[in-house]
Amino acid sequence: MRRMHPVITSLALATMFFLYLPLAGVAVFSVNSARYGFVFQEFTFHWYAKLFTNQVVLEAAWNTLLLAMVSTIAATVIGTILAIGLARFPWGKKLETVLDVILHIPVVTPDIILAAALVVAFGLLQYVSSLFEPGMVNMILGHITFEISFVTLVVRSRLVAIGRDVEEAARDLFASNWYLLRHVILPLLLPGIVAGAMLAFTLSLDDFVISFFTFGPSSQTLPIYIFGAVRRGVTPEIHALSTLVILITVILVVGTERLTRKK
Amino acid sequence: MTEPSPKNIIWYGELTTQGSLMKRGLGFLSPGMVWLLVLLVLPGLVLVAVSLITRGSYGQLLWNFTSENYTRLLGFSVFGWTADYLRILWRSVVVAFFTTLLSVVLAYPLSFFIAARPERTRYFWLTLVIVPFWTNMVIRTYAWFLILAPEMPLAKAAGWLGLVSAGSPLYPSAFAVYLGMISIFLPFVTLPLYASVERLDWSLVEAAQDLYASRIRVFTQAIIPQTMPGLSVGIILTFVPAMGMFVVPDMLGGAKYMLVGNLIQQQFGASRDWPFGAAISMGLMVLTMISLQLYRRKFREVELV
Repeated sequence: MRRMHPVITSLALATMFFLYLPLAGVAVFSVNSARYGFVFQEFTFHWYAKLFTNQVVLEAAWNTLLLAMVSTIAATVIGTILAIGLARFPWGKKLETVLDVILHIPVVTPDIILAAALVVAFGLLQYVSSLFEPGMVNMILGHITFEISFVTLVVRSRLVAIGRDVEEAARDLFASNWYLLRHVILPLLLPGIVAGAMLAFTLSLDDFVISFFTFGPSSQTLPIYIFGAVRRGVTPEIHALSTLVILITVILVVGTERLTRKK
Repeated sequence: MTEPSPKNIIWYGELTTQGSLMKRGLGFLSPGMVWLLVLLVLPGLVLVAVSLITRGSYGQLLWNFTSENYTRLLGFSVFGWTADYLRILWRSVVVAFFTTLLSVVLAYPLSFFIAARPERTRYFWLTLVIVPFWTNMVIRTYAWFLILAPEMPLAKAAGWLGLVSAGSPLYPSAFAVYLGMISIFLPFVTLPLYASVERLDWSLVEAAQDLYASRIRVFTQAIIPQTMPGLSVGIILTFVPAMGMFVVPDMLGGAKYMLVGNLIQQQFGASRDWPFGAAISMGLMVLTMISLQLYRRKFREVELV
């Protein structure tokens, strides 16, 4: 272990304090019995209990989870197949560059541009089918789109890292295409696929803009609900809801870390 | 043993033909690529097209081509020229730039601090950075409402110093926007940077010190080049979303400190002027591309991911 200069240590601790100060504020006021004002009256779980009777909040929580799960599963499957297609076949230099550029679009464009493009595209598609009215379908399609990119990039880098020696050996031992994919590539690739899926899930939970541009009246997510609610005024219920979201995030982070560190 | 016929090739131990290899490759490639073409590239092109047409009085699209939306973005209208939109665009670049810069400045000590922890507690500190990274930015933005409220010490101190009138909150303001932006993007820089710092070759730093390099030279010539890969990822992950950010300026900046993200959202929301919204998006796209290009020219070895 290396000793750090005290200035670095104190700067780092101050930065941590800066990161957590607002979150701590939310947590403190979520257990304060006072409905208004900034004086701490007494400790209560009242606001948490109220949340669980709020149909709108429960529905928004369900929508958030549904959106994240469906889009993650779809993006992981599509992205993994795409990554294998990109990394394991002799495409020419030119085609590879084109594919690479397309793949990087969501990384190098602000998400609000993708959101705007989807609004316009879905707006035109509405003339074709009412399926594309603003709502859950559009949100899921939008989330899958940007998640595919990130999953593919993660899985592809893993494919490059594991190399092709084992695959070549399997071929020499007369493995069929299917056998090779199922019993050689996929098992080796699993950590990359898991990492890609987790990234996709996080990106979906983290997203606000794409959802906000494509949501409909019955497909509010928690971030959209909170965004709308704080414009009408910040309440202890919102603090309670946000604290719960932060706690769930902590559990997810710690859980994921346990999962990946074992490997 | 017979010679493989000239059409056959051996591709990593597989005896196959160019044709069947390509066919299988396309099978892998097509679901994802078709998806991206239909839902990413095509909507992008539609957005370009829409930026070149006009809207009717109910917000419907009228397909007569014009460059009106772009001249409007540059500030020209029937009332003459104003710099309003250009000022918002410029402000977005400035805010994104300083957000990125300040996040980098804070991320370095933090990454070094975490990397210097003993193995046991390192994960704890790392988790502390990942949790805000994973927490939705709407929550992390409105959380500043509490800290910046007039009843809180920060606003009171600012009141005593005469920076704001006593009893008023510290938001909406440019200061609040920067606080919000930096707190949101700090983990985006710290995590990739930490990955580089953890692998730092300290012998190069010690060599520089042995040769009497000043602290500044040690940092610029022994530490920055080594941490460049992580730093670049962090800078891009911060700068790009910061350019289009709309949650933070909307909640903490108000109408006085609008950024291009708000302007775009207005066109797709209340104003229902898709063509103008599309034109602003194109402007944002161009500015982002130029900035990334400038960055890449300065630091040649930059890879995007």
